[in-house]
Amino acid sequence: MEIFLQQLINGITLGSIYGLIAIGYTMVFGIIGMVNFAHGDVFMVSAFIAMIFFLLFTTVLGVSSVIMALIAVMIIAMVLTGLLNWAIERVAYRPLRGSFRLAPLISAIGMSIVLSNFIQVAQGPRNKPLPPVLSGTITLMERNNFAATISYKQILIWVVTAVLLAGFWYVVQKTPLGRAQRACEQDRKMAALLGVNVDRTISLTFVMGAALAAVAGTLYLTYYGVVNFSDGFTPGVKAFTAAVLGGIGSLPGAVLGGLLIGLIETFWSGYFSIDYKDVAAFSILAIVLIFMPQGLLGRPEVEKV
Amino acid sequence: MAAAKTTSGPGGSIAGAARDAILAGVVALGIFGPLVGLKTEQNMQNELVITTRWGLVAIIVGIVIAGRFLLTTTIWPAMTRNKMRDKPAATAGEVAFRARLARWFAPTGLVFLFIYPALMVYFLGFQGSLKWVDNFGIQILIYVMLGWGLNIVVGLAGLLDLGYVAFYAVGAYSYALLATHFGLSFWLLLPLAGTLAALWGIMLGFPVLRLRGDYLAIVTLAFGEIIRLVLINFRELTNGSAGISSIPKITFFGLYSFDLSAPNNFAKVFDLPMSSAYYKIFLYYLILLLALLTAFVTLRLRKLPVGRAWEALREDEIACRSLGINTTNTKLTAFALGAMFGGFAGSFFAARQGFVSPESFTFMESAVIVAIVVLGGMGSMIGVALAAVAMIGGTELLRELDFLKAVFGEGFDPDQFRMLIFGLAMVLVMIWKPRGFVSAREPTVFLNERKSISGSFVKEGHG
Repeated sequence: MEIFLQQLINGITLGSIYGLIAIGYTMVFGIIGMVNFAHGDVFMVSAFIAMIFFLLFTTVLGVSSVIMALIAVMIIAMVLTGLLNWAIERVAYRPLRGSFRLAPLISAIGMSIVLSNFIQVAQGPRNKPLPPVLSGTITLMERNNFAATISYKQILIWVVTAVLLAGFWYVVQKTPLGRAQRACEQDRKMAALLGVNVDRTISLTFVMGAALAAVAGTLYLTYYGVVNFSDGFTPGVKAFTAAVLGGIGSLPGAVLGGLLIGLIETFWSGYFSIDYKDVAAFSILAIVLIFMPQGLLGRPEVEKV
Repeated sequence: MAAAKTTSGPGGSIAGAARDAILAGVVALGIFGPLVGLKTEQNMQNELVITTRWGLVAIIVGIVIAGRFLLTTTIWPAMTRNKMRDKPAATAGEVAFRARLARWFAPTGLVFLFIYPALMVYFLGFQGSLKWVDNFGIQILIYVMLGWGLNIVVGLAGLLDLGYVAFYAVGAYSYALLATHFGLSFWLLLPLAGTLAALWGIMLGFPVLRLRGDYLAIVTLAFGEIIRLVLINFRELTNGSAGISSIPKITFFGLYSFDLSAPNNFAKVFDLPMSSAYYKIFLYYLILLLALLTAFVTLRLRKLPVGRAWEALREDEIACRSLGINTTNTKLTAFALGAMFGGFAGSFFAARQGFVSPESFTFMESAVIVAIVVLGGMGSMIGVALAAVAMIGGTELLRELDFLKAVFGEGFDPDQFRMLIFGLAMVLVMIWKPRGFVSAREPTVFLNERKSISGSFVKEGHG
């Protein structure tokens, strides 16, 4: 029971991070029908931005309150990563709109290579460890020397994710921007005819996806305390799996998928084999795409001639 | 930046361009400022410390501003003018020249490829030629072969496969395991490795038959990663990340060996001075022949019903099905044949390196091969070969640029920019020429005369 509870807590934590990244995939796919392959690396860059500013605040500027530093870092990472993704969309994807179908995917793969190698060149190939922050834990249950605990970091991740998802839901459902996004998702040409600035809406979609990825990056950094230039690929593919599992294009689906992937991964490593946890995640991706391409909450894709 | 394309037309106002350039500079400062300007390094206590490099940031931002300004003031207006001007119809002479170029390019290239090692040995001697034959010749030809193999799947059948490296790995590990454990010869294992890879191609192809486009790409990516992860974790068989070493060398059809200790060593038999160059040259011709085999089979297959069916499938799957083409078989043959050539290349790779580990079969490798096929112009054999030369040769060349050390200081290592430049090239070529270097191609069916059709008439990769 304790092990189960512990895995559940760890799984939800990991799943929150995947869910935040998955929203970026699902939104972009919904609006321009493209798999933004570089999104995982955008997440990694955001973790680096967070790492650099956290270090700047704590060691150079001497900010003593860790919580204040984390909040400031998160906001800065959101802004800068949004800027980065905006620039990427302008430079690498927008000129390819209306080109043949695979062109944006290839460009995104190129961008993903550029981002990870740029970080490797600019910041060096070694792991970047941060001193541990918020290391306290709360013991929930204890028996036979095994305690199920929840750490402050995990609580922080849950709270931040919940608050941001609520805010994000509000933006998409209740604001003019969200309405424009949903309109573009349904029919881009018609939305343009009705006065929606499609280019601007797409740009803002990339910025929003990147901002959520930046939150995930900051949380990932606080949770693991270390980041590396190659950390974008695997979380990126897993988040994409989450988006597909939940039904690509569906926002609640992305969060649900993220949680499920996080839970499957932790339970798999807890009960079966830690070596094959990534194999489990990739197999789910393949199985879902083959047998249930519309995902849990998505709409089935109708093929038109 | 947003204003650039709309407000400043051809000629453009300088003030608007300057405003855009400043804006681009601000964006660049925001992105590169922290990531380049504040470098984090570990000190002796394993703590991260920040060192600042504001000079470098200033240079990058300056380049971005200048580049943006030039783009809006000169390059874009020039490009628009070129587009607006009616292109004069190609004169008869030009057409004839192009046709002659197309006809002579392949034979000339072939002759060059066959005499390339001889030229290198003649000019640089046996030792000097090693690098050019091995690092450039063999390396590029492996990628040409992989590109041509994947071209069957991506270029002809239109199925985007991001996990091609899995079949490369199957071929490499088949040879490595069977040769080290059972001592079987390369010439026996080459067809076997190809067959095994083809079987894997069918096994992985079968479940993904219903998928198309991006979904297919992602599932094949997942399969490629699964195979790599199994290679890492199935330590009893594959020795995990440590890999398999001391894989036997290829023999000259069993007649002569290239092992220094063997009694029938090539150099000893012919009383030549000992050198490793013979083996490299032999490997060069071997991979050249394997690559040409791939090309030959592909060219012939394009004229067979199955090849026609592939191209029909690429253009429109629904139409294909309504015409009674069995899409299942068509897709599976494409997967199996592509995988088979990947397997051949893989066993050659294992024999050439003498060592295989899962490190060689990462997703990056698949991305490089896909990039070669797409940048070359999907379906065009010459284009794929040119792209392999440009991308692999170009990035290999970076290792040789020692003079850059004199410019940028001793610590400068051009090799670390290899993949960065590769990725940038992928993005830039996609923007500049989304159909690849060679977008014109020969139609498989023609009425009276042969003529090239432009790539814009066909829609690739819809499968």
